[in-house]
Amino acid sequence: MSDANGEAAVSGGNADRRVRVVLVDDHRMFRTGVQAEIGQTELTGVEVVGEAADVDQAVAVIIATRPEVVLLDVHLPGGGGVEVLRRCASLTADPEQPVRFLALSVSDAAEDVIGVIRGGARGYVTKTITGSDLIDSIFRVQEGDAVFSPRLAGFVLDAFASTDAPPVDEDLDRLTQREREVLRLIARGYAYKEIAKQLFISVKTVESHVSAVLRKLQLSNRHELTRWATARRLV
Amino acid sequence: MPDAATLPLVDPRPPRKLYRSSDGRWLGGVARGLAGHLGLPVIWVRLVFVGLFLAHGFGALLYAAFWFFVPLGVGGVDERRAPSLVGTETSPHGRRRLVARKPDRGQIVALLLMVVVALTFVGSMKLDGVAKVYLIPAVLVAAGVALVWRQADNARRARWMEVGSRRRTLTLLRAAAGVLLVTAGVSGMFVLQGSAAHLGSVLQAALAVLVGITLLAGPYLVRITQDLSEERLMRIRAQERAEVAAHVHDSVLHTLTLIQRNAENANEVRRLARAQERDLRAWLYKPEGTGKDEAEEPDTLAEAVRRNAAEVEDKHGVPIEVVIVGDCPLDERIGAQMQAAREAMVNAAKYGGEGGAVQVYAEVEGRTVFVSVRDRGPGFDLDAIPADRMGVRESIIGRMERNGGTARLRAVPDGGTEVELEMERAETTS
Repeated sequence: MSDANGEAAVSGGNADRRVRVVLVDDHRMFRTGVQAEIGQTELTGVEVVGEAADVDQAVAVIIATRPEVVLLDVHLPGGGGVEVLRRCASLTADPEQPVRFLALSVSDAAEDVIGVIRGGARGYVTKTITGSDLIDSIFRVQEGDAVFSPRLAGFVLDAFASTDAPPVDEDLDRLTQREREVLRLIARGYAYKEIAKQLFISVKTVESHVSAVLRKLQLSNRHELTRWATARRLV
Repeated sequence: MPDAATLPLVDPRPPRKLYRSSDGRWLGGVARGLAGHLGLPVIWVRLVFVGLFLAHGFGALLYAAFWFFVPLGVGGVDERRAPSLVGTETSPHGRRRLVARKPDRGQIVALLLMVVVALTFVGSMKLDGVAKVYLIPAVLVAAGVALVWRQADNARRARWMEVGSRRRTLTLLRAAAGVLLVTAGVSGMFVLQGSAAHLGSVLQAALAVLVGITLLAGPYLVRITQDLSEERLMRIRAQERAEVAAHVHDSVLHTLTLIQRNAENANEVRRLARAQERDLRAWLYKPEGTGKDEAEEPDTLAEAVRRNAAEVEDKHGVPIEVVIVGDCPLDERIGAQMQAAREAMVNAAKYGGEGGAVQVYAEVEGRTVFVSVRDRGPGFDLDAIPADRMGVRESIIGRMERNGGTARLRAVPDGGTEVELEMERAETTS
């Protein structure tokens, strides 16, 4: 299934930015569609260097090609996206040349979404995303930023909603007022640029807020988060 | 099984089956079940049983027979659907737990009454030595059997009710106590017939037999229960699979056919696909698994927002993405807010649908409910709308303000319009 698409890089269109991507999805039609939308390297700057249809393949392809960004489906035969993340943890943590994951799914279930984020993905977008937005997200993830879809923002707000339970770790179990505002605007469908204008801050500041939320999401031991993250493994 | 000849005529439903009631029972739920079945007050039936009991213990026999033959039902007797293995019994909160139930006052009174009745019964019998020899062991045996049977009922009931924490130790204890009582009774019969000198040897023999039976039948029983539970699991899985298959078959294939037929009409195709996607999502990700009660009025905010978005989406063919944080029950004010929100969605779909999906966000925070509807269309200027066009002014702003909320329309910096609706929930809701 996986044919490495090793085209010689043609400098042109988006020449100043390049990103090497691996597609992991068990639906061939979907992979083909994404490939057609983002894979024209001269135009988009995205180079699809490999594809995989299940967990074992994905791990093999990722280790062989060392892409910068992996588009990862949440539901995969062989243990799901979470399993790929678990087995590539060392690559994700590599300080020299980290492999970063962007989760892509049709799922609406909170435990799926929260699960892959806690597994180490840097963002979550739904498959209905337009091609140009997807390319934006890929570059953002490559730069180390986080990508939140409105739905993910909604789940996070839900998970960090004020409860009576005392926080275990003050730093990780609470969102600051600013972070909350940013998430709300994401949930309302604002792009980062628009959020920056709305709150009179720079886009960079918006990005750092979102990254901080992502960190809390991955490290906090709030009851809701752990519940969501473990829900699928209990079934 | 008693037939339904004695059904009251006010009930035109098909003949009800007689069940033993598992709620509010004292012993086996027979009296309660019968009472429900015959439409009589429970206390009458119980009194009749007590009366029959005094008539040479006939009542006890009758009761035992009912207990043995009549199946246990849930929630009285009108439960006509067969209790499924997958418990979907939604018990109101505060239901007492099955095994660790505290006996209430009525039950204690009943027990005392039973003891009194039993004593008078024993006293009333002209007992010679022989009968006495049999009576006490027999009572012991009966008590043991009743205990174990009650336990079996509980186990059965626990299977339909979703009671996760069955206390195994308590169950075992009860069963053990029952077995002990029966054993004591049976050995008592033999011992009292002979003399106390044989007690030791009889007990030893009984113990030996018990251990033997356990050794022989134990593994077999364990295997049977394991097989049973495995088989049950398989059946539940098969049921679920069949349900999914049926759903996919009914609605998804249908939609795919329609899409192929309308291939030239891009808008129709998009609308069909969206509607099907929504339906499938509701079906897959609803906590209860069955989000198909289209006819029912929504009674929470989240349901109302989703419902409105779905209807507007279907009607205008513009995708509407909904994100909801928190939830609350609907009241009058929130109902008005929902109508305003729907109006905003319609406007967004009509005038701003060219710019892509409409984004709807609803949030409940404490007493405040906030809804925003934004589109990425060309945007519009409220002041430029002629005064005779009442749409936005009346149906959104006016409606919100009449109900004590606020509505704001604003142009988003990078194009599009956003409507923000804010409303305090009514005081009566908790």
